[in-house]
Amino acid sequence: MSTVISMVVSATILAAPLIIAALGGLFSERSGVVNIALEGIMQIGAFAAAASLVLMQEANVPGALWISIGIAVICGTIFSTLLGVSAIHLRADQTIAGTAMNVLAGGLTVYLSEIIFGAKSTRSFIFALNRVSIPVLKDIPIIGPIFFNALYPTTYIAFILVVITWYVVFKTPFGLRLRSCGEYPQASASMGINVVKMRWIAVLASGALGGLAGAALVLSTNTYYYAGTVHGLGFVAIATLIFGKWNPWGVLGSGLFFGFCQILGQYSTSIPFLSGVPGEIFKLFPYVVTILAIVFFSKKQVGPKASGQIYDAGKR
Amino acid sequence: MNKKRSVLQISLFAVIAGILLGFVVVAITGRSPFNMFVALVRSMTGFNLTKPSQGINVTYILNWFLNTMPLILTGLSVGFAYRTGLFNIGGEGQYIVGALAASVVALTVKLPAIPHTILCVVAAMAAGALWAVLPGILKAYKNISEVVICIMMNYIAMYFSNWVVRTFLEIDTKTNARTIGFPETAGFGKVFANNPSNFNWGFLVVVVCVLIYWFVIEKTTFGFSLRATGFNKESARFAGMKVERNIVASMAISGAFAGAAGAVVILGIFKYGRIFSAMDNYGFDGISVALVGMANTPGIVLAGFLFGLLKAANTNLQLFNIPMEISELMQATIIFLVAIQYGIILLLDKFDNRKKKGEVVTEGGAAK
Repeated sequence: MSTVISMVVSATILAAPLIIAALGGLFSERSGVVNIALEGIMQIGAFAAAASLVLMQEANVPGALWISIGIAVICGTIFSTLLGVSAIHLRADQTIAGTAMNVLAGGLTVYLSEIIFGAKSTRSFIFALNRVSIPVLKDIPIIGPIFFNALYPTTYIAFILVVITWYVVFKTPFGLRLRSCGEYPQASASMGINVVKMRWIAVLASGALGGLAGAALVLSTNTYYYAGTVHGLGFVAIATLIFGKWNPWGVLGSGLFFGFCQILGQYSTSIPFLSGVPGEIFKLFPYVVTILAIVFFSKKQVGPKASGQIYDAGKR
Repeated sequence: MNKKRSVLQISLFAVIAGILLGFVVVAITGRSPFNMFVALVRSMTGFNLTKPSQGINVTYILNWFLNTMPLILTGLSVGFAYRTGLFNIGGEGQYIVGALAASVVALTVKLPAIPHTILCVVAAMAAGALWAVLPGILKAYKNISEVVICIMMNYIAMYFSNWVVRTFLEIDTKTNARTIGFPETAGFGKVFANNPSNFNWGFLVVVVCVLIYWFVIEKTTFGFSLRATGFNKESARFAGMKVERNIVASMAISGAFAGAAGAVVILGIFKYGRIFSAMDNYGFDGISVALVGMANTPGIVLAGFLFGLLKAANTNLQLFNIPMEISELMQATIIFLVAIQYGIILLLDKFDNRKKKGEVVTEGGAAK
């Protein structure tokens, strides 16, 4: 039982960055911009958080932890302007631009590590996020130890962001307009919606969330940033988004599920009936499931229709 | 302005601007751009500008060629799909299963030297093709974007390959992180036995693949029908072409090139089955090569040499105190600039107009 609980807890920790990044992807895809660059944005966020935290801790800056998270969000947002400029204004193929950004982020973060720290990684930060427990709720049987005891705050932040995203995207006029831009932007434009502006807001939100996701990842699972910190989780986040049907609650569910898959790979040897199954099987599981989901969804239109298409106001 | 020329202009502009930006970044971050120039020249020619008396060291040139080999192959892979209207971002996965298939054949089949190596390469190409067929089928018959499926297939390939290597092949007990070495019969030997460079006979695979690419795309009706499908699916269908079959075939051929890259690297450099902890990124590099090379044969070969140089320069850059990630930075800038070619066209047009205005004033008669 205790193994199960510790597994679920580890899964929620790993799920947090996945969910946050997938929500970032949700904003941009709902507005019609495919964000393949999530991986790169997460790298930028993770590097920015780790590097600034190390430097501030060495200088004894108070509140360094939260400032570093803020810096990660800002850097992610700035980095996403590359996607904004190329995809919204310069009619770039969004997949190619995103791929370029991923290569850029991988190179840039390690390059800067070399310049600032003289190594292929940042120095280790002294302490990062502390696990928090919620007083009364943690004593509830079963649910308490899993969801309210000794979790990183990032898990709670992810959950709160799910609620906020759901409210903003599905319950406000702004969200309706945003979604319309991802379905049929020319029709939105004819109703007086500024498609370019909506897509910019979405791309920047996506960058901010991607940066936050990177920070959440590095601060809860690592003590420094190196080239392998994000190791493809940005692409798992895209899978999370698709498997979650481009819906915040779906993202929450699939994020927890994929987080659990990643953990199963690590724990499988200590669970009797799974010990025969090689860890690789669990690791490739999210990707297989996503392909199956895409094939299954393909019968009905689930994702945003205009996602990935260049917006040309003159086209009907 | 004729269209072909402007595509070439965009590529050249992107390459020059990307490399210049690399120099600027190096300068801004307090390292010496001159050292970077020295490192690049040394990687290309083997000539050390700071120590001219040492003369030319051929090893560097051979290493440059060695680094170029897989890049041309993955470039052909992405380029082939691109010409037929598909975006094969799954080259990485096809590369990995190619390497896997080559390792399996190398370690489990017993044959004399040359047939064994050839069989390894064929198996790798078949595996790569097979890996690319699924995204092709889904694209052709269900109209599902090949991009996301390919990305997922990359990771499936990596974990699947690791599982197969760990479970079915003989693991080297000393390191526990790779298989035992391949037998002498499987693998590409060095072309120049006396030179420390690993430059090997795998280059013949590259040459053959380049010729196949050129011949199929430019010279056959099959290639024409593939390109027509890429231009406009519906009109190709109307003209009686089997659009679905073409899409699947195109992905398969594309995957075969990436699989060949896997074989060339594992048979020429590693010579043992690998357990991947991270991706080699040759598949992604192929995107840069194909785009900068405008997806045509000479372009891909040249772009392969360009990015091969950036890769080969890594050790020299480190030696001259420049973080080698600068080459990734330059590569990313170059693809990004190619991606935003609409912006570059605007820029070049503006530049051209200004120049033309100047010409009209100075040599008014000659311009007309």
